Amino acid sequence: MTEATEIPGRKPDGALAHLLHVLRENPVTMLSFGMFAFFLLQALFGALLVPHDPLATNAAMALQPPNWSHWFGTDSLGRDVFSRVVVATRLDLTISVLAVAISFVIGSVLGAVAGYWGGWIDAGLNRVLDTIMAFPLFVLAMGIVAALGNTIENIIYATALINIPFYARLVRAEVNIRREAGFALAARLSGNSHFRTLAFHIFPNALPPMMVQVSLNMGWAILNAAGLSFIGLGVRPPTPEWGIMVAEGANYIISGHWWVALFPGLWLMLAVFTFNLMGDGLRDIVDPRRRT
Amino acid sequence: MAGRTRAIGMRLAQTVPVILGVIVISFVLTRALPGDPAVYFAGAMADEQSIQQVREALGLDKPLVTQFFLYVGDLAQGDLGRSISTGQPVLTDLAARLPASLELTLSALVLSCVIAIPLGVLAAVRQGSWVDHLCRVLVTAGVSLPTFFTGILLVYIFYYLLGWAPSPLGRLDFIYFEPPRVTGFYLIDSLIAGDLETFAATLRQLALPTITLALFTLAPIARMTRAAMLQALSADYIRTARAAGLSRGKVLFGYGLRNALLPVVTTLGMVFSFVLGANVLVEKVFAWPGIGSYAVEALVASDYAAVQGFVLAMAFLFVTLNLIIDLSYALIDPRIGFDTK
Repeated sequence: MTEATEIPGRKPDGALAHLLHVLRENPVTMLSFGMFAFFLLQALFGALLVPHDPLATNAAMALQPPNWSHWFGTDSLGRDVFSRVVVATRLDLTISVLAVAISFVIGSVLGAVAGYWGGWIDAGLNRVLDTIMAFPLFVLAMGIVAALGNTIENIIYATALINIPFYARLVRAEVNIRREAGFALAARLSGNSHFRTLAFHIFPNALPPMMVQVSLNMGWAILNAAGLSFIGLGVRPPTPEWGIMVAEGANYIISGHWWVALFPGLWLMLAVFTFNLMGDGLRDIVDPRRRT
Repeated sequence: MAGRTRAIGMRLAQTVPVILGVIVISFVLTRALPGDPAVYFAGAMADEQSIQQVREALGLDKPLVTQFFLYVGDLAQGDLGRSISTGQPVLTDLAARLPASLELTLSALVLSCVIAIPLGVLAAVRQGSWVDHLCRVLVTAGVSLPTFFTGILLVYIFYYLLGWAPSPLGRLDFIYFEPPRVTGFYLIDSLIAGDLETFAATLRQLALPTITLALFTLAPIARMTRAAMLQALSADYIRTARAAGLSRGKVLFGYGLRNALLPVVTTLGMVFSFVLGANVLVEKVFAWPGIGSYAVEALVASDYAAVQGFVLAMAFLFVTLNLIIDLSYALIDPRIGFDTK
């Protein structure tokens, strides 16, 4: 555990002070944390707070431009775009959080085992990861969803699978360089099993770079899921989801009804932007040298 | 030289397991279908008897291992099955539509390299200046932009509001005739035919989707150029070159950029992965008749063979591109082949 002191919160005195220092130094990172809280609130309470039912249609109010009662206007069926955009946050974040969590867990286990024991497990894993990476990843996700069936769960699995290589490689590298480190050998010598040494002494050192990866990956997972539903996979209408809302709005953009596609697209972009900024900020906190 | 030949041979040998893996995954995807593949391949109107016929024709009544070898045998003959919606063999469909996708992808890559590399170089040379900050903002914003959304936004601004762009429907406005097919790239074909009007029309039609894709690929290339250039400029040989009194341009471009380009070429491989995926979305937005929109149409119609053929074709394309990148890398960089890797 000697190297794990940089995990924020584990040793509050040093790490917290460093965290505060970085946040003060870099207002952009602070902004990204603020925006993250904003999206989190929408995901948690959005459904309770929105002014209209996101599914309620009203033919008389179709394609209204933004006004006081409909802040983001209404779509072709008269549904309130603002309510739909806000309510969609929960679904979009859930898909990407679950996908990233699955790839985090599977990637960590595979990478840790390969990095610690090496040998044929390592070689085999590398071949499999190479094969996954040999596909253009979005295209592979399309293929998986098409093969497994067109449901939201399968979007999550597909997004998880295409992200596994990034985590597995990262953990493998981090575990591999510490396999023979003094603290790992000491842990072994004081009677810990291989599993204990790996799980509680070596693996925690991989967590800080993993957190950065998670944040950068979240943005990409959202983009990926929204892209899949944009081409008609996974989420089905009338469920509010950013990708599918942009797809619906795309039909009206040529006739000048910009608000139907603009707002869900904007929210999607902001969410991805938030996670990317946060990832960059976390990287500064975790490893100030790797700043580019 | 022998070392380099060996390195190239090794790199070629590395593709074999990858291609095998791609085929295995593609086979698994084909067989992982919920329900009966024969029902899908037979089409929507098939009755019990014809489904059984298709099952036997496809060898689906045989053990999995036999099926795998049958599948590989079909692939070796270029048989990807038949598309339900077009009635054509999938390979024919893909071959007919591939030039449209490649024309779009390649022009986007050229455009983004032309912008991103100078931007990255400037950001590295004037570190901390406004160019550097612009580069940083562009890079973070660029990777956050959903391509399909940028595309729609550009259509709204340049087609609806300003009226500069033609309607976002396909490769050529309907008032023009397709140039006689030589390469399948309209830009080249129209030049071969000497038809400048069609060339200009193609260019206008190509502009928006190209910009959309280029905006997306700009970010990783600019970021990598900046990082590689910073690293190259802090190297000893740059200091030596400066101390020896070489001109600023010679140092920057002759020594700095030439060395910095190598990692940039490597990132192009990763960029291709994103571009081929983003291509699908951009083609849908602009009704571009490439293989991406073909796959989307096939997905909607549950046209299974077409989707699988598309995934496989994309994987092969990507593996080939990466191979070309690595080989050209070995040719550019004299050090490769001497150190054992």
